[in-house]
Amino acid sequence: MDALILQVLNGLDKGGAYALIALGLTLVFGTLGVVNFAHGALFMLGAFCAVTFKKIITLEQIVLSKTELSPWGTPLEIRTPYAQQWFGDFGNVLIEYSVPFSLLLAIPVMLFIGIAMERGIIKHFYKRPHAEQILVTFGLAIVLQEIVKAFFGANPNPQPIPQIFMGAADLGVMVGMAENVITYPKWRLVYLFFSLGVIAAVFAFLRFTTFGLVVRAGMSDRETVSMLGINIDKRFTIMFGIAAVVAGLAGVMYTPILPPDYTLGMDFLVLSFIVVVVGGMGSLPGAVLAGFMLGVVQSLASMTEVKDIIPGIDQIIIYLIAVIILLVRPRGLLGKRGVMEN
Amino acid sequence: MSNIKNGVNRRKVLKGATAGIITAGVAPTIFTKGAWAQEFRNDPKGGDVILGFNVPQTGPYSDEGADELRAYTLAVKHLNGEGDGGMLNTMQPSNLKGNGILGQKVTYVTGDTQTKSDAARDSARRMIERDGALIITGGSSSGVAVAVQALCQEMGTIFMAGLTHSDDTTGKDKKRYGFRHFFNTYMTGAALAPVLKDEYGSDRVAYHLTSDYNWGYTQQRAIKDATEAIGWRTEKTVLTPVGQGDFSQYITPFLNSGADVLILNHYGKDMVNSLTQSIQFGLKDRQVNGKNVEIVVPLFSRLMAQGAGDNIKGILGSANWNWSLQDEGSKAFVKSFGAEYGFPPSMAAHTCYVQTLLYADACERAGTLYPPEVIKALEGHKFDGMGNGATEYRAEDHQCFKDVLVVRGNANPTSQFDLLEVVQEVPRAQVEYDASIFGGELGPYEVS
Amino acid sequence: MFNIPKKDAITFVLFAIVVLTMPIWLTPFGASYPALLQKFAIYALLAVGYNLLFGLTGYLSFGHAAFLGVGSYAAVWSFKLLSMNPVLALSFAILFSGIFALAIGYISLRRSGIYFSILTLAFAQMSYKLAYSVLSPITHGETGLQLTLQDPRAIDLMFIERGSSLPTSNLFGISMSGYSGFYFTAIILLIGFFIAQKITSSPFGMMLKGIKSNENRMNYTGFNTKPYMLTVFVISGIYAGVAGGLLSITDPLAGAERMQWTASGELVLMTILGGVGTLIGPVIGAWLIKYFENIFSAWNESVLHGFFAFLPDGFEDIVVTISSKFVGEGWHLTLGLMFVLVVVFLPGGIMEGARRIGTMFKNNKDKKTKQSSDSEKGEG
Repeated sequence: MDALILQVLNGLDKGGAYALIALGLTLVFGTLGVVNFAHGALFMLGAFCAVTFKKIITLEQIVLSKTELSPWGTPLEIRTPYAQQWFGDFGNVLIEYSVPFSLLLAIPVMLFIGIAMERGIIKHFYKRPHAEQILVTFGLAIVLQEIVKAFFGANPNPQPIPQIFMGAADLGVMVGMAENVITYPKWRLVYLFFSLGVIAAVFAFLRFTTFGLVVRAGMSDRETVSMLGINIDKRFTIMFGIAAVVAGLAGVMYTPILPPDYTLGMDFLVLSFIVVVVGGMGSLPGAVLAGFMLGVVQSLASMTEVKDIIPGIDQIIIYLIAVIILLVRPRGLLGKRGVMEN
Repeated sequence: MSNIKNGVNRRKVLKGATAGIITAGVAPTIFTKGAWAQEFRNDPKGGDVILGFNVPQTGPYSDEGADELRAYTLAVKHLNGEGDGGMLNTMQPSNLKGNGILGQKVTYVTGDTQTKSDAARDSARRMIERDGALIITGGSSSGVAVAVQALCQEMGTIFMAGLTHSDDTTGKDKKRYGFRHFFNTYMTGAALAPVLKDEYGSDRVAYHLTSDYNWGYTQQRAIKDATEAIGWRTEKTVLTPVGQGDFSQYITPFLNSGADVLILNHYGKDMVNSLTQSIQFGLKDRQVNGKNVEIVVPLFSRLMAQGAGDNIKGILGSANWNWSLQDEGSKAFVKSFGAEYGFPPSMAAHTCYVQTLLYADACERAGTLYPPEVIKALEGHKFDGMGNGATEYRAEDHQCFKDVLVVRGNANPTSQFDLLEVVQEVPRAQVEYDASIFGGELGPYEVS
Repeated sequence: MFNIPKKDAITFVLFAIVVLTMPIWLTPFGASYPALLQKFAIYALLAVGYNLLFGLTGYLSFGHAAFLGVGSYAAVWSFKLLSMNPVLALSFAILFSGIFALAIGYISLRRSGIYFSILTLAFAQMSYKLAYSVLSPITHGETGLQLTLQDPRAIDLMFIERGSSLPTSNLFGISMSGYSGFYFTAIILLIGFFIAQKITSSPFGMMLKGIKSNENRMNYTGFNTKPYMLTVFVISGIYAGVAGGLLSITDPLAGAERMQWTASGELVLMTILGGVGTLIGPVIGAWLIKYFENIFSAWNESVLHGFFAFLPDGFEDIVVTISSKFVGEGWHLTLGLMFVLVVVFLPGGIMEGARRIGTMFKNNKDKKTKQSSDSEKGEG
């Protein structure tokens, strides 16, 4: 029983990440009709906002020692972080909380990257076939990840968790179970609530603002909205920026769980497409539902009890679900008719 | 550097001519070898000796590949008598004079394995067929090593393996033309188990998470056998997909399994992720069966461990070599590598550097570049002064036998490179095994 | 059966000449060595076959890597169990990839558009993941399926003694490695190219193009497109299987990464880079990408220093540092940039570029002879 509860928790946590990535992807698809293979790269860039932020605040003043030598024979380097020099203890706080702080950096940076991408390249591809959209965004994804590799190398970059979120919380005790039965990492709980918060914010934004109203109207009938004299293009550009921000925030908060490296985007790309398609192309609630569902199913399939019956099921479960859903429900869980069929 | 270019050009002209002959319908006799003794593929005939460095330059292991390449260029320098000579001065016995190999200058060509067996074989074939490489060396995974080694056997080109840790490389897939200086999973198990017994006692219950591919299988088998021999019980072994990213669903079943040691048979990114996440699950603060829960990472790489940050502190594992070793050979190598690049070398760099020197030395001792003779010179060769104490290239399986390091994540690193501390240098006798236990066949000296 | 339009015949003959003389004209590019020549022929065949599906019907499959892998495994198993004969190995590659394509196609073709793409992607990824892990007894997972000295090789060993070294694939004594291996693959490529030409110009091919322009309309007219789609899917899958078989024949090792989705992605890139829907385009795309992968990736800094040796010293270092970001370990970056540029400026791929240059020359000529106005230039 406790094993099952833990796996469901794992699933929800994974699902949060999947849903966040898929949300941005389907937002872009729903509004702009663009199949964005660079979406994974946006997630990766978000993660590297955190890496960059930490790099900046841990910049060190390097003084070469005149007398001492390092074990490999070069003059010993004495390193002191600038942040510590300038801000004293606050500098250390800054370093400890670098991940939450880098959210502040990620929002403007990702918004800028998103808008630049849309204005620079994507907007020329609205009328082009999906295959060409895939190719150009895929090429873009390669370029972005290679640039990141040139700056940060290929190794993963570990990011710190603030002290108060370190270790695991004993959830079992809170609901009156024995000690140490249901324990779960605090940061993963933070991530779960964070993703729920962002999802809620996006939905509220689309539902309760005029901007959102226009965008939703544009999603269902673009021509009519532009005939009304509304500059829908500009709003769609902003939507692309928002999708980039959502992906970026998901990336920032994920860094303590998964030390990011430059291939992070490609690792999540296929998965995020599966989530979007299972949910139904262009359906926001579908993407969220599919994200959480796939997360939970994947966790449950990884249990040894299941693997003993079907070896290797955890390797393929995501794809298997995608096949079954698409055969039973042709347009995904909540997809609309006629979207992306040609 | 213009030498490389000239060499290539000369061969290009040759190739062009041959191609013309072939299209005219004449059989390509120039490329069949072994017809005459001492006539072999890519014989430089007095020109430069060209070495082929096949390392991952793209993909997750490209930093490790870059470090291997640094070591190779350094080795070439030292062989040609440039720089401070590095291990040339400490190697025992040494026939190297710093004038290249057999008096011929050493140059090199490079290729990208992409850590894929297809791509690795492609680039190896390019270096052999087009660039005239006399040997192929390097690599950062066992899959690639086994694949390239098999190719080299067919081609009659010596392969000096880089970082490859699976038993198969010098076990069931061993080849006459393949040589491995790096250690393997059996040695890891044999070296680690006694230390584990000392540190954690003999009444422990282990739980394995294992990468679901060949290396993982052999690593799990080795650790399982070795720990069961010291009295541990194995609660469960679980296979995890390669490149999984999030391992949470494999870590939670451990929590209430009754096991008190988690063994992560993962390497590279998988290791970084599973270790980081295990620590976040609070495993190190837990107690099971009245004992502290421990995590063991059998194969530790300092370069990859950087990615796990503070999480490696106090974690036990094994390594082929570490730059903090204080023997003369290691010190000389670390010094010249540090002077050249400003930071210490990784164990992948060390093994690649040593492999290059060993090949060059074997050529000197054989007095020829003719591969079968060089192979015979390497087989059973005993040497010292290269960082792991007295070492032997065993003739039966082309595996080096030397001391193995048991290491621990350093609790108080003095620099960003000081991540591992050596717990014990396990003597060679303790990790030796009978060559026949893994099967396999070396194959012939002469290939046709 | 062999009567084809004159234009096609000319194309075929020219193509045959280009392919068969590759060892000569690729020499100045540093690409004339057996391993790469074989890869050129094999991946060209793969791209030609892929274009039959994608180019003619517009169905974007991400699953062809799986057929490539199945073909490779079938061929190596044929070597291991029966004989080193490449024809036998190819037959098995065709058989198994055909069956595999039939099964996957039957299910995937129930959907169209991106749903079809995702279905094929899912099948390919499942094949890859399983081949890498639980199917290791059959595929040998990460290390790849190889020949061993103990293989049964039932048919071969009836006639010859077991040797002390590994046998190489041979067609009645002609070795399948080296240049003879290249000519074998080249001939298979030409046969494949010829069949593709026939299919494209046949009524069946017309039907497929009809599906591309409007499948719904064809369905409304009471015409069932499904059997045609399935047929072309299987044919295209068999092309991939043959390519996989050839990979094993020229180099007898089958690795699981061949089935990864990125391998399918590479195939899509080849096709689009060269020009979708044209016969020659995908071939050029395949050659370009393989050239990049094998040659560009080998330009390390010392090679670059050789190139730029004519520049002044300090300047040379700068040029080398900058250019080294794009070659050697940075060759992926160049590849990515190339895609973006080609797709943005040349949507029809390299073939469109060639056509544009062609029309430009023609227009210039026209201008000279007829003194016609600029407005005729047309293309934008």
